[in-house]
Amino acid sequence: MFDREKVREVRKERERWERTTLPNWLKQCRERKSEFRNTSSVPVKRLYTPEDVEGLDYVRDLGFPGEYPFVRGVHATMYRGRLWTMRQFSGFGTAKQTNKRFKYLLKEGETGLSIAFDYPTIMGYDSDHPMGEGEVGICGVAVSSLRDMEVLLDGIPLDRVTTSMTINGPAAVLLAMYVAVGDKQEVPREKLGGTTQNDNLKEYFAQKLCIYPPKPSVKLTTDIIEYCARHLPRWNPISISGYHIREAGANAVQELAFTIYDGISYVESTVERGLKVDDFAHRLSFFFASHNDFFEEVAKFRAARRIWARLMKERFHARNPRSMWMRMHVQTSGCTLTAQQPLNNVTRTTIQALAAVLGGTQSLHTNSFDEALALPSEEAVRVALRTQQIIAHESGATSTIDPLAGSYYVEALTNEMEEKALEYIQKVDDMGGAIVAIEKGFFQKEIADSAYKYQREIDEKRRTLVGVNDYMVEEECPIELLRVDPKVEKEQLADLRKLKRERDGRRVEEVLGKLRRSAEKDENLMPHIIDSVKAYATLGEICEVLRQVYGEYKELIII
Amino acid sequence: MRRLTKVDEIVKGVLAGNRRCIAKAITIVENDLVEAQELITEIYPQTGRAHVIGLTGAGGAGKSTLIEKIVREYRRRGKTVGVVAVDPTSPFTGGAFLGDRIRMQELYTDEGVFIRSMATRNHAGGLAKATKDAVKVLDAAGKDIVIVETVGAGQSEVEIIKVAQTIVLVHAPGLGDEIQAIKAGIMEIADVFVVNKADRENADKAVMDIQSNLQLNSKESAWKPPVLKTVALTGEGVPELIDKLEEHRCFLEDDLECKRALLRSKVEAELVDAIKEKAVNALIEELRREGKLDEVLQRILDKKLDPASAAEQLLKKAMRSAKT
Amino acid sequence: MPKTRKIRVLIAKPGLDSHDRGAKVVARALRDAGMEVIYTGLRQTPEQIVETALQEDVDVLGLSILSGAHKTLFPRVMQLLKKQGLTDVLVFAGGIIPEEDISEMKKAGIKEIFGPGTRTETIIQYVWDNLPKRN
Repeated sequence: MFDREKVREVRKERERWERTTLPNWLKQCRERKSEFRNTSSVPVKRLYTPEDVEGLDYVRDLGFPGEYPFVRGVHATMYRGRLWTMRQFSGFGTAKQTNKRFKYLLKEGETGLSIAFDYPTIMGYDSDHPMGEGEVGICGVAVSSLRDMEVLLDGIPLDRVTTSMTINGPAAVLLAMYVAVGDKQEVPREKLGGTTQNDNLKEYFAQKLCIYPPKPSVKLTTDIIEYCARHLPRWNPISISGYHIREAGANAVQELAFTIYDGISYVESTVERGLKVDDFAHRLSFFFASHNDFFEEVAKFRAARRIWARLMKERFHARNPRSMWMRMHVQTSGCTLTAQQPLNNVTRTTIQALAAVLGGTQSLHTNSFDEALALPSEEAVRVALRTQQIIAHESGATSTIDPLAGSYYVEALTNEMEEKALEYIQKVDDMGGAIVAIEKGFFQKEIADSAYKYQREIDEKRRTLVGVNDYMVEEECPIELLRVDPKVEKEQLADLRKLKRERDGRRVEEVLGKLRRSAEKDENLMPHIIDSVKAYATLGEICEVLRQVYGEYKELIII
Repeated sequence: MRRLTKVDEIVKGVLAGNRRCIAKAITIVENDLVEAQELITEIYPQTGRAHVIGLTGAGGAGKSTLIEKIVREYRRRGKTVGVVAVDPTSPFTGGAFLGDRIRMQELYTDEGVFIRSMATRNHAGGLAKATKDAVKVLDAAGKDIVIVETVGAGQSEVEIIKVAQTIVLVHAPGLGDEIQAIKAGIMEIADVFVVNKADRENADKAVMDIQSNLQLNSKESAWKPPVLKTVALTGEGVPELIDKLEEHRCFLEDDLECKRALLRSKVEAELVDAIKEKAVNALIEELRREGKLDEVLQRILDKKLDPASAAEQLLKKAMRSAKT
Repeated sequence: MPKTRKIRVLIAKPGLDSHDRGAKVVARALRDAGMEVIYTGLRQTPEQIVETALQEDVDVLGLSILSGAHKTLFPRVMQLLKKQGLTDVLVFAGGIIPEEDISEMKKAGIKEIFGPGTRTETIIQYVWDNLPKRN
């Protein structure tokens, strides 16, 4: 990007500066730390100059928004054309209560829905399962049947609102329910828009919500990708996630590398199914965290887009540019938020959200300040939403595209993250792929080590956490927290009993039988699952059929 | 329930199969508490019924998963099982992560199964007296089968011979150096060989490698160690493995000559170890008490004497004073 | 302050909560402090946890939960411990347990609750200082 002569001149001058001006300053006052490192333990230099981006070729390495390699953005006009979707992850209690929260958020200006399901639901259990006792509706909405989904989406026009569903093992069931509700609303299936997280690989080493063993889980994920490619063209069948990997303790480089590797695995599994890359790749989407180190995060998002674009072109031979673009949703990091002095979290979330915006995200969830204490109160979630709106309309960050491009630091860091991520990708390739790496405990060990390292840094005060190991207060002021009414569980159980009485039991048996046979034959299960939900078979009943066919996963524990 | 503090109450509980008493008893012997000797003395007459099986093999062979299936199969056949799972203590921190029982979660609430995790605690020789005593407790408690599972392959694994009647070596294809990874010591003492993860490539080759190795080093013995294939994840091959273990048990029972000799040499080894330990501890205690150790230490520090010669001198003196 | 007695700790994840980062970090820290640690893995029932505590004759039990289901699961664990006579086990908890629930949990028998931001040294020192006397 710079003339070789010019760079030499800069180098000469920098060396002079280091010999003359700098030492005087250092004599007067030493630097605050002997070393400055980011969260991936990469050393951060005192100063970045054109020397650090000497090899950067603007046209080859950065390009233009909306074009390969998409570093500067996936759309040509980015936020000047359309702001990112403000999509707050929400859900608690009964479908009715969550429906109310959805309507509140839409009224306050959120532009897309994101559903949080409770633990029994995400583990494929109905609300009346013994393992679910005490857990129904507590950290997400309880959905056991199509009836619950109908109540959940009541009054929400599915032809105008897109919905993201954080669901993995039972993703097919929830997607089927969504489609069924769309059918009832008479929305043509081609118009249904949204996302199912449906990323089962990361469950084994990050989010840990695994039901079935790895191979059948990848098969289920691929079923959805294939089905959507053929029948739900506006639906993002998968949100290949790094957020959970990061929250589990990985550093930024690991988050980047392991997420992209999962993406590679899904492209491979879908191509093996017989689909062409250009048939489905444009609908693959990604989900990252936005953590504390502002510049590291921006670099991460940009590096992610370039790595993916190059992989899709060179490894998978995609031809359509849209097969090479990486669209992402970002959530600000939950694990960085503190229980101590919770209002500080508004500041943290703002910095993290700004990083996501300057990193070019398509969709954003901002955490509420009471994240470390409970599910978001109405006030807290409103503040979180306002944070996005203030960034969008008051900060000027959306007036131009990729404003940090060209920063010596940001470009150098983007290159460095790409390099380090590619090293990991090569390593997993050499191991034999994601499933082998999971069986060997490779990802789990990397993550556990990073998590432990981070905690040691905080315990030993080598890393400051404001309000926690420094700047503490004697007494905390209590804040109003959301509490889920314990009656929820009773209500759910009563509703389930009613449903089972009222539905056509024989039809349920029939469709579940067909589903089982189809699973044993290794066919795409989506059509049978849609039939099953329409017959009001419950989520638990459908998942149980698959448990019997595929078995249950036994966790490999790496500390 | 009153807190148990007396040894005989614990012993009574152990003999009745009470799980809490078994747990307490193992804690006592593991920590070699004052009551340990008394406890062992009282339960010793009730030991000797259980079939003690030692299971070892390199990490990654799938031992824990296999043990879970083995235990299930024994349970299916109506036997009660005790498992002692040994994990290494970190030489740096002195702590240990005891991770083997996790693979057997579904058996936790089966009253016929008792699982205890132990750390090696860096006793010289790895598997310590503690494990042997824990096995005695489970045996006295009426467990038909007691399985001892140890880490990896190595010197400490040869210690199992002093505990188990049947030794199983678990291997898996693709673990690295195939047979070279298994130290010679284990190959020679194992009674049953298992190639787990037999659904993988090279499983048959692994079986053949072991068989040819056995042929090369064939001992004069009436028992020909079989080489079996299992897939622990699905349970394939496990019933056949149990059949072989039962066969070996019968072989040991029937071959009284062999059994007697085996038992005698085991008991002798245990006796010698016990004598050594007590003798050495008593001697050192005495030398310390009489200040003789300190005297000699200074001379060693002044380089007037080397440690080995010092020990010899001390012992000579001790033996002489013992005679008088 | 290193102790000579080997402390046996069980770190457990009751219920469906799948957040194990904290539990694993604490397990590792306790091990590095010289303790013998058994970590149960995810999705344990109270019955499984108590049976493990019994068979392993643990000195300490640490329960970790971030899903809000502590109100049902913690008392259940404490009841079962009592039923099995394991009243001398030191029980502490961690995760997301709102301030207003703490006194209820303590009444059930949980000796201390370590919320987000707790240093691992604090937990280690707490265990050393509060270890139950065993005969």
